[in-house]
Amino acid sequence: MSGNPQQEAALALGVQGLTVIGRPSDVEIISDITLTVRRGEICGLVGESGSGKTTLGLSLLAHCKRGTEVTRGAVEVAGTALTGLSEAEVRRLRGRAVAYIPQSPASALNPALRLRTQLAEALHSWNEEEQGTRADRVREVLREVALPDDDAFLARYPHQLSGGQQQRVAIAMAFIDRPDVIVMDEPTTGLDVTTQAHVLETIRSMTRQHGTAGVYISHDMAVVADLADEIAVMYRGEVVERGRAAEVLADPEHDYTRRLLRAVPLLKTSGHAEPEEDGGEPLLKISGLQAGYGSTTVLRGIDVEVRRGECVALLGESGSGKTTLSRSVAGLHTQFSGGLLLDGEQLAASSYRRTAEQRRRVQYIFQNPYEALNPRKRVRDLVLAPYTHLMGKPKDPDAVVHEALERAALPASYAARFPEQLSGGERQRVGIARAIATGPDLLICDEITSALDVSVQAEIVKLLRALQDDGMALLFVTHNIALVSNIAQKVAVLNKGEIVEYGPVGEVMSAPGHDYTRALIADTPDFELSFGESPMHRGAQAPEKAAGQ
Amino acid sequence: MTRLILYRLGYGVLTLFVVSLVVFGATQALPSDPAQAILGREAADPARLEALRQQLNLDQPLALQYWNWLAGAVVLDFGTSLAGGMPVAELLGPRIQASLTLMLITAVIAAPIAMAIGAFAALRRDRRFDHTSSMVTLVLAAVPEFAVGIVLILLLATGALQVLPAVYAGSSEDVLSSPDQLVLPVLTLAIAVSPPIIRMMRASMIEVLESEYVQQARLKGLPERTVIWRHAAPNAIGPVAQVIALQLGWLAGGVVAIEFLFNFPGIGKTLMEAIEARNLPVIQAVTLLIAVVYVVVNLLADIVGLAANPKVRVSSR
Amino acid sequence: MSTATAAAAPGAAAPPRRPGLLRTAWRYHRTKIGVVLTAAVLLVAAVGPFVSPYSPTEMAGTPNATGIDGALFGTDNVGRDVLSRFLHGGYTLVAIAVLSALAGVAAGAVIGIVAGYLRNWADELLMRTNDMLLAFPQLVLALLLLSILGPQVWLIVVIIAVSHANRVARVVREATLKVVEQDFVKSAEAIGLPRWRIMASEILPNITSPLLVELGLRITYSVGTIATLSFLGMGLQPPTADWGLMINEGRVAITVQPWAVVLPVTAVAVLTIGANLITDGLSRASIGIDRGVEK
Repeated sequence: MSGNPQQEAALALGVQGLTVIGRPSDVEIISDITLTVRRGEICGLVGESGSGKTTLGLSLLAHCKRGTEVTRGAVEVAGTALTGLSEAEVRRLRGRAVAYIPQSPASALNPALRLRTQLAEALHSWNEEEQGTRADRVREVLREVALPDDDAFLARYPHQLSGGQQQRVAIAMAFIDRPDVIVMDEPTTGLDVTTQAHVLETIRSMTRQHGTAGVYISHDMAVVADLADEIAVMYRGEVVERGRAAEVLADPEHDYTRRLLRAVPLLKTSGHAEPEEDGGEPLLKISGLQAGYGSTTVLRGIDVEVRRGECVALLGESGSGKTTLSRSVAGLHTQFSGGLLLDGEQLAASSYRRTAEQRRRVQYIFQNPYEALNPRKRVRDLVLAPYTHLMGKPKDPDAVVHEALERAALPASYAARFPEQLSGGERQRVGIARAIATGPDLLICDEITSALDVSVQAEIVKLLRALQDDGMALLFVTHNIALVSNIAQKVAVLNKGEIVEYGPVGEVMSAPGHDYTRALIADTPDFELSFGESPMHRGAQAPEKAAGQ
Repeated sequence: MTRLILYRLGYGVLTLFVVSLVVFGATQALPSDPAQAILGREAADPARLEALRQQLNLDQPLALQYWNWLAGAVVLDFGTSLAGGMPVAELLGPRIQASLTLMLITAVIAAPIAMAIGAFAALRRDRRFDHTSSMVTLVLAAVPEFAVGIVLILLLATGALQVLPAVYAGSSEDVLSSPDQLVLPVLTLAIAVSPPIIRMMRASMIEVLESEYVQQARLKGLPERTVIWRHAAPNAIGPVAQVIALQLGWLAGGVVAIEFLFNFPGIGKTLMEAIEARNLPVIQAVTLLIAVVYVVVNLLADIVGLAANPKVRVSSR
Repeated sequence: MSTATAAAAPGAAAPPRRPGLLRTAWRYHRTKIGVVLTAAVLLVAAVGPFVSPYSPTEMAGTPNATGIDGALFGTDNVGRDVLSRFLHGGYTLVAIAVLSALAGVAAGAVIGIVAGYLRNWADELLMRTNDMLLAFPQLVLALLLLSILGPQVWLIVVIIAVSHANRVARVVREATLKVVEQDFVKSAEAIGLPRWRIMASEILPNITSPLLVELGLRITYSVGTIATLSFLGMGLQPPTADWGLMINEGRVAITVQPWAVVLPVTAVAVLTIGANLITDGLSRASIGIDRGVEK
């Protein structure tokens, strides 16, 4: 390496031509990765599922999962090469030279050991005479991540902590031996945006304060844009673009980066079209709805209306009751009371008590496309099942299937496939095709993009818009406020079982009336897209034509 | 946690009650006349039939019969044996002791060895030791235990290698006095109980070794020894404890065929003799006893399992 | 933006499906060995009666004799030809074992699916009676009932089927719970598909793997239990030729005439080992062990 010595000294992590293959197929999972990170800086490693980012993250600690192996390249941490060392030598360096913050602390903390043990044992190469006692260091690092440091807390087991606390413990555990490099693998997955904002703030201040170099692995471009000094974009096992964060965001060079950036839904706080008021009867009218499980009430006093051709978003974090509400509408959750009117007619609680016509008019699309399709049935039978059951055997079944698939932007040849022969996005399209085959009036979309990559999400959103333009009403359930700001006309913000804010998206986004909504908007990571127009946005442009035309 | 344990205890008592109902129902409350069944061809003699009915209290209402029998069973009074007129409890005492000795020796030998093999196979996953132990376990798990015993007899007690006695000779009072006679029965039982323990230990250990918290322990830089003994092993043993308990409970029933094969004077052989002689009170007592051992061992395993799980232990109110 | 749609271009060849359970299981050596072993024993059991030199109850010589003309493996404790009895003694065991295993698995599957899906009183009842039934070792329960009611074939089948059924029901219930959690069942409920059709067409096809594994396991155990019962004298009764009974009759003279025991013990052992190897192959295939990184 050349360059002036100061710059070299500031370099904490250097990766050269790193390649990891999988056994027994010898497929390269990551190929020829080159990466550098300076002290006190964070490198954001962005990629979609299957891009090899987790494999890369683990190989930075010279760790390979079962069935994988480093075949080429070098990893150098603070001047020491990790590759080529024996397992025992690597272990001695871990924790002090390079540490790891896992994706889900709930499963990465040992359930049978107290926090005290798990934190203190990370100080395996700690020198008590020079550095003070281990116990003191444990308390110090807990204070640094804003956790209590008393004995009672240290005596706890992981399951006695909240998700946010568990993640802070994981962060403390990684920082405890003051490592040179810290690798973070999606450490905020599963946290709500407010907790995520706090955790990110902690990570930022810890790396700055101690001059630690961070590698932050994420699928979320917005989070990375918020946090990282440098960005590396991974695609199919390779780093396709690498540079200073501001430059990559403002002027991406690689096609894939540009595509990725465009696909990210950005929080849109202005420029929404004025909602048109039509005075007629709403398609769906929920009034004074209350729902629960057993003796616990999870929803209280819910009032929401959905009009024809309108997209109403139900925005809430996990535990807000949004799924219970959408399932009540679909007749899948029966323990509720209150008004639930479809075209002015009260719907029975259970789908089994509703008329076939009512069931036909309200269709549900599920969150996880990997679980929503019976793996033993072909696409054709999956799409046809609701039609046959609710409307009788069609005269030309193939025509019904083809039309539904076409509207879901899938080729007709897919009818013969089984779900396992489809990608996640394709599966979700089949889910949509199944729902629209019966020509429903209302589609309930329950977090339908949350299991998908952003680029696939963008396509699904485009598809939903086309359906909406055809006159279908959508009840769009999500936790993602940025997505809401781009797709919905009205939004109901759910918090702890109550609607805290309800109105046209434009009003709610530009002038939120409730503290909870304001916090959501403030804590949602965001960046400016300075090139081109995002297809996610629905501005003054004419709505895109339905796919397939 | 106390509440949970009390609940399990209460449930165990209920199970025992049902077990007693089944034993009684199967033997004494069947629509056919048990006295006639017991006497078989000799039932032609009305005097003997009547005497036996008296002895078994068959002339009483069914509920009362059950109540008397249960009340007796609780204080270990199972009536008198139909063969020889000895009180059943007295007859069974030394035999229970003999069987328990056999089971205990087996458990003490088999459980730790099986766990060690399973854990070692997990650590050597996909290497030769693992493959070999997995095949051997599969084979041994399949073969019924009496067949294992016969193969051992053929190998070690007949033909060229006559190193061990083929059958047990002696009384039930002093089974420990001739240890060489115990080798084959213990070995057979150990081979019969071990495979599930080995497989469970291996599976449980592998699951734990693949867990994220073990990966995290390695990524923290802990030496492999600490990873295995502090992070992996304690979490792997929980599910295995249940299987060990199940297997020990199984031993209570499994000894029947083995004692019959080796002519070992324990409860299993007693049961077979009682069945042969249609000795009703003894059949009732032995089957009830075996079921009680089974239930109690499982109950203990449940409670130990609960106590070992910090999630349950700590969240007690 | 259009990678996914590009991949979805019409005419593109569909990616191959994952091979089915049986084909995956066949890849393991142990499955092949198991099939060979099982087939060998089944062949003996099925063809044996037609090729045996004597009838199973016919006298062929003096008791417990070996090395005599016309009787390859000598005679048993009564003087009947060991080989002929061996060739006749398999099909009853195999038939009873398979019958009771099939009945037990079928009943267990129905109970398990209903309990796991409907989660109502039937579930409670099943789980509670299960716990009670499990309080008895299978063999002891069988001995208890057979000792009083007398050893009869139909009773053996019923007892073994029942004690299998509640164990199978447990496994099937667990498997059903995993399937029911998935949204495709919810999707069928949302359109109001009748419950029985959900159980038959949505749940059942998705639990065939554990069911097949259970069937293999139950056949293995059935063979073992029935052979043990016969060995204890509580199964088929003399003078029937039956492998378990042969072992019982021959064990006293094991040192003089080992063949009368060796042949049936080998057959029972090989059959159970073979069945268990197949079962293990199926079970590995169904959980997808050793798939490795394929990508």
